[in-house]
Amino acid sequence: MTGATPPLLAVQGLTIDARTPAGLKRVLDGIDFTLGREETLCLAGESGSGKSLTALALMRLLPAASLRVAGGSIRLDGCELAGLSERAFRPLRGRDIAMVFQEPMTSLNPVMTVGAQLMESIRAYGRESGDARGRARDALDAVQISDPARRLGQYPHELSGGMRQRVMIAMALARRPKVLIADEPTTALDVTVQAEILRLMRDLRRDFATSILLITHDMGVVAEMADRVAVMRAGRIVEQGPVLDVFERPREATTRELLAAVPRLGALRGTDGPPRLGPATAKPSAPAAEPVPALVVHDLSVTYGAGGWFRRGALAPAVAGVCFDLAPGQTLGLVGESGSGKSTTGKAVLGLVPFTGHVAVDGTAIAGLSARDMKPVRRRAQMIFQDPYASLDPRMTAGDAIAEPLAIHGIGCRAERRDRVAELLRRVHLPPEHASRFPHEFSGGQRQRLCIARALALEPTLIVADESVSALDATVRARVLDLLLELQEELGLAFLFISHDMAVVERMSHRVAVMRSGRIVESGSRREVFETPRDPYTRALLDAVPQRLSPTCTRSTGNTTPFTIT
Amino acid sequence: MALTLLKRLAGAALILLGVAAVTFLLLYGLPADPAAMIAGRSATAASIAAVRHQLGLDLPLPEQFWRYLAGLAHGDLGRSYIQRTAVGTLIAARLPATLVLMVCGIGVEVALGLTLGVLAAVRRDRALDRAVMTLSFVGVSAPQFIVALLLLYVFAAQLGWLPMSGYGTPAHAVLPALTLGLLGAGWYARMVRSAMVDVLDRDYVRTARAKGLSAGRVVLRHALPNALLPIVAMIGIDVGQFMGGVVVVEAVYGWPGIGQLAFQAIQQVDVPIIMGVTLVSALAVVLGNLLADLAAPLLDPRIRAR
Repeated sequence: MTGATPPLLAVQGLTIDARTPAGLKRVLDGIDFTLGREETLCLAGESGSGKSLTALALMRLLPAASLRVAGGSIRLDGCELAGLSERAFRPLRGRDIAMVFQEPMTSLNPVMTVGAQLMESIRAYGRESGDARGRARDALDAVQISDPARRLGQYPHELSGGMRQRVMIAMALARRPKVLIADEPTTALDVTVQAEILRLMRDLRRDFATSILLITHDMGVVAEMADRVAVMRAGRIVEQGPVLDVFERPREATTRELLAAVPRLGALRGTDGPPRLGPATAKPSAPAAEPVPALVVHDLSVTYGAGGWFRRGALAPAVAGVCFDLAPGQTLGLVGESGSGKSTTGKAVLGLVPFTGHVAVDGTAIAGLSARDMKPVRRRAQMIFQDPYASLDPRMTAGDAIAEPLAIHGIGCRAERRDRVAELLRRVHLPPEHASRFPHEFSGGQRQRLCIARALALEPTLIVADESVSALDATVRARVLDLLLELQEELGLAFLFISHDMAVVERMSHRVAVMRSGRIVESGSRREVFETPRDPYTRALLDAVPQRLSPTCTRSTGNTTPFTIT
Repeated sequence: MALTLLKRLAGAALILLGVAAVTFLLLYGLPADPAAMIAGRSATAASIAAVRHQLGLDLPLPEQFWRYLAGLAHGDLGRSYIQRTAVGTLIAARLPATLVLMVCGIGVEVALGLTLGVLAAVRRDRALDRAVMTLSFVGVSAPQFIVALLLLYVFAAQLGWLPMSGYGTPAHAVLPALTLGLLGAGWYARMVRSAMVDVLDRDYVRTARAKGLSAGRVVLRHALPNALLPIVAMIGIDVGQFMGGVVVVEAVYGWPGIGQLAFQAIQQVDVPIIMGVTLVSALAVVLGNLLADLAAPLLDPRIRAR
């Protein structure tokens, strides 16, 4: 960008107040940035730093009941937008500024066809409808969706997450806006799909001559996409500049933390287990020779929906013929894309879904156990779920939630449980006095710590962690992963660690199994799987990770923006 | 689809059989003796016994029920004790009036409830919202015969705009339909409001606004169809509530429908008519639910897929 041409979008002193019971509270404080023509600017930061607020303020989609723009100037192509009435502003949406949201699963109207929603975008404000159907098909064509003509008549639920996000992008670009705002557009997607969507956005920026304001917490995505980056923290931009400068010479602690939080693929090259955190005196995890495996799985299969009167057979199994075992104190990383059967496997080994095959937890075979015989097994095997918001009862205090497993299994009296809760809270680095708080008073990371404490209450030997850090921001995620490793060292826990995130699996695992379509396509030590992958699918997963944290190498598309520095 | 429909119809038949059994037991177990009432005040024990024999009331209860079911299978609802006419004929003559009243009543409640509910949701926490919610609360809580008398007093007696009672012209239908509809309108206004408030916060509504659509289009094209999905199921269930109101409203306004027929029959312990009206009402409820279930996949493509 040369300094001579005026920027396409110039934001100055943008300030937003939130209406709280205690009066106005400043949540966005004097944001300044510019976006040049055909430039990509990334707004990076943790959740709560004000990135999405900035985007919604640009679109004027802030919920008026709770937030208020207190001041600032937004100039698009030289026109001041801040003072415009809603009536004057509305035609700009979609035509000049368009937006793609984070959640492709919920951002499309479930009762309208894809075609109807696209055509609506095309003629949102204009008479220039013309051949709207043809243009809708072209728009789908542009986002490289398979069989675009057929998609027009389909409903959102018939499309995968990646396809829905393509439709969202097609809708946003339908009227060739000058600025495309993308708010975490790939966070909810699988890693291979994420790579495709990012590549698509780069291609479209070139083809449509659109400027992109990309919001993300993932510095890997920033490295892939940005020309310039602005790092936000607590409602302010703390650092901004060309992406190479910021990555090579980060000035602010926030930036360094964000950069450090992305677990780099290959960072543990040449080592066998996860990095040890504690001093070398940590107690050895395998005390005796040939310990009883924490988990043995042999020929495990799960078929959903079988056994109904009217649909006998003819159903593909969700999991087929899966075998693995897990030693005490070790972590098996189970990796694959959504729908690969990894979560189902996790549920089956805890006896939460009906299965066929052999599963033994701590030496006890659980197939065919009655609920009563299963109960002692449940003490030894616990689960941590993905969504720390949904997996805590909002009307139960943190202490009660953690004590609940103890109460269910009739362990200890009230006072003993209270002591145990305090101890568990300290274990997960939360102050014991927080036991009386309710879930909504905790942040996402703290809630996941509560879930971990709850899982630890019964002193299990095995913990199934199903995408347990996927909903967390990069920096928070790094701290929770550290906590899990620490607990493993101290308590000798075995983890079945389920994730779609290759970098996280690399960081956590001793052994890795890669799942696809219900089967394990490759398994072995972490070193084997990550350094010498044998299966092409494993290689595809590894290649798809946007982990080139120094944007020095050629970006993964290769042909669009060859990008090297001296 | 055809299989689902067949299963649902079989289920409906079972429900009706159950309703017939329960009503039969309740009515024939009544302490009131219809034979004594028909025979008159001066009847002797012998003449009462004769009437009882004539009506088949001296048979054991299971046999009476079996005979009744056998009649039902042929579409025969029995004969009225008092009017000496086939119950089927009596109901058929009264049914059109009740259907007119129901259609008008449901029309009032849906139209009023939807409009007020949507307005309240769009103007959430403002004066209009509070007014609608207060009014709907009044509508839900007020007993129907009081509402009916109030409406009669104001619009018929004082203002003289509408007839007091009777049947035949559209003007006659206004007050009964309003009385029936106001209760439901209160319910619907509250349900539509909460469904809309929920839907208006959804991501796809934000997407629609981000496209630059007008506020009206966002509400009517994107939010409302989604908010209506749970409401449609309610309309089906509502038919049952409605039948209760119909008896009261027809009695107050002298509306010659099956509600009035039932009202008179109850006073005269004319059991076959009460049975007949109950079964017809049950049929209406079952059909209403069936229609709502059949409509759901038409409105929601996610259900259609299965």
